[in-house]
Amino acid sequence: MATYSTSEFKGGLKIMLDDAPCSIMENEFVRPGKGPAFSRVKIRNLKTGRVIERTFKSGESVEAADVMETEMSYLYNDGDFWYFMDDETFEQVSGDATAVGDAAKWIKDQDKCTVTLWNGAPLLVTAPNFVELEVTDTDPGLKGDTSGGGGKPATLETGAVVRIPLFVQIGEVIKVDTRTGEYSARVKS
Amino acid sequence: MEKNVLEVDTPVLSTAASCDLNLDSFSTDLTKTKKLYLQTSPEFAMKRLLASGSGSIYQIAKSFRQSEQGRFHNPEFTLLEWYRLGFKLDDLIGEMIELLMLCFGQNLAFTTVTYQQIFLQLTGINPHQATLSELMNYAANRGNPEALGICGDNLANGLDYVFSQYVQPKLKKEVVYFVTNYPACMAMLAKLDDGEPVTAKRFEVYFNNVELANGYEELTDAVEQRQRFQHELTERSEAGLDEVPMDERLLAALSHGLPECSGVAMGLDRLLMLMTEAKSIDEVLIFPIDRA
Repeated sequence: MATYSTSEFKGGLKIMLDDAPCSIMENEFVRPGKGPAFSRVKIRNLKTGRVIERTFKSGESVEAADVMETEMSYLYNDGDFWYFMDDETFEQVSGDATAVGDAAKWIKDQDKCTVTLWNGAPLLVTAPNFVELEVTDTDPGLKGDTSGGGGKPATLETGAVVRIPLFVQIGEVIKVDTRTGEYSARVKS
Repeated sequence: MEKNVLEVDTPVLSTAASCDLNLDSFSTDLTKTKKLYLQTSPEFAMKRLLASGSGSIYQIAKSFRQSEQGRFHNPEFTLLEWYRLGFKLDDLIGEMIELLMLCFGQNLAFTTVTYQQIFLQLTGINPHQATLSELMNYAANRGNPEALGICGDNLANGLDYVFSQYVQPKLKKEVVYFVTNYPACMAMLAKLDDGEPVTAKRFEVYFNNVELANGYEELTDAVEQRQRFQHELTERSEAGLDEVPMDERLLAALSHGLPECSGVAMGLDRLLMLMTEAKSIDEVLIFPIDRA
């Protein structure tokens, strides 16, 4: 079983803590006054997304988490699971709604997603930063207003709802920033 | 020169090491059978000079501590250490303020608080009455149940842990703190006073949440110093750490007679960090340890 010593701790390192896979965000070496040396570590629980701060005795070892991030193509979902494929090995994995989370409302087949695998199974799916999606429903009125101020809600082909400028119509394709969930641009077809 | 303090240069290698539970000296081999240690600070050598009649002295000294590496630590670092004959702790605090005003300008805010005042104010715990289990419970209730494993069965470690986790980060960044009157179990090489409770004549300087300097009204009693070293060596062996030789030459110098004095060591790299607003000690070092 692989382990890491506190001297190897750095941002991005994946460790097991309280039986959950975690990612180290920050590590600070502390040696108070004349007291015992320790590491003050900010850690993100990759399952829950919660960030906690813990301290580790200097030199202590912790178990490494078998976690890797990989680029995969989204294939389809069958109602319960979302399927992804490694474009190089053609290996397929499936993740449930917890793993896919918010990404579910942005992705459509062939989108390249960042999939975090823990012991080979998807733990976390991150949608591409920008996705291009068709507007399937929005209020068609108010055509003359091109100021862009205010906007209107629109339903996209994946079911996601975003605010778009008044001049964008049903059938047009828009670019959305998945990190903020905001309209970014209209895509000329 | 102006203050009549002599610059000295003492060897960084010594036959003796620091006995401190939480300090690990680098060692090297002089011959196949003889070990030498790199100093963790120039304190012992400088005190031998004081005992031999040097008068007030200062030194900018490379110091070495194993495994200490991080945003505020480099295993090889630089201390500015000085000793003033006839100075009480308050005199030395005054001189430290003068120095810091030279470095940071006149508009610096200073405050002197006792260890008890600041500890009590920011944690609600009286450090002179606290037991280790109280301190560890306090840490556990704040998301750090692992503190017990870090501090072991050692009250001073527990106090240092709670101070660095829950007191130091809450100090006002723009104020220079002189923390004084440490609990007797944290006296290190400082004299004890005759207060109730007994406290150590020691101060630490904190600025911008960074520990910058550590000063003592120096213990001159050779017998008590030997007892403290022995106690530290016992702690080391209980913790399963390397056995190290205590500095018999320092003890001999103390028996010969160390004049009444106060001394302080300041982390020069950290001072530079604060003066240049550097985020990491690496920014003020020519070649940090990873590139050494």
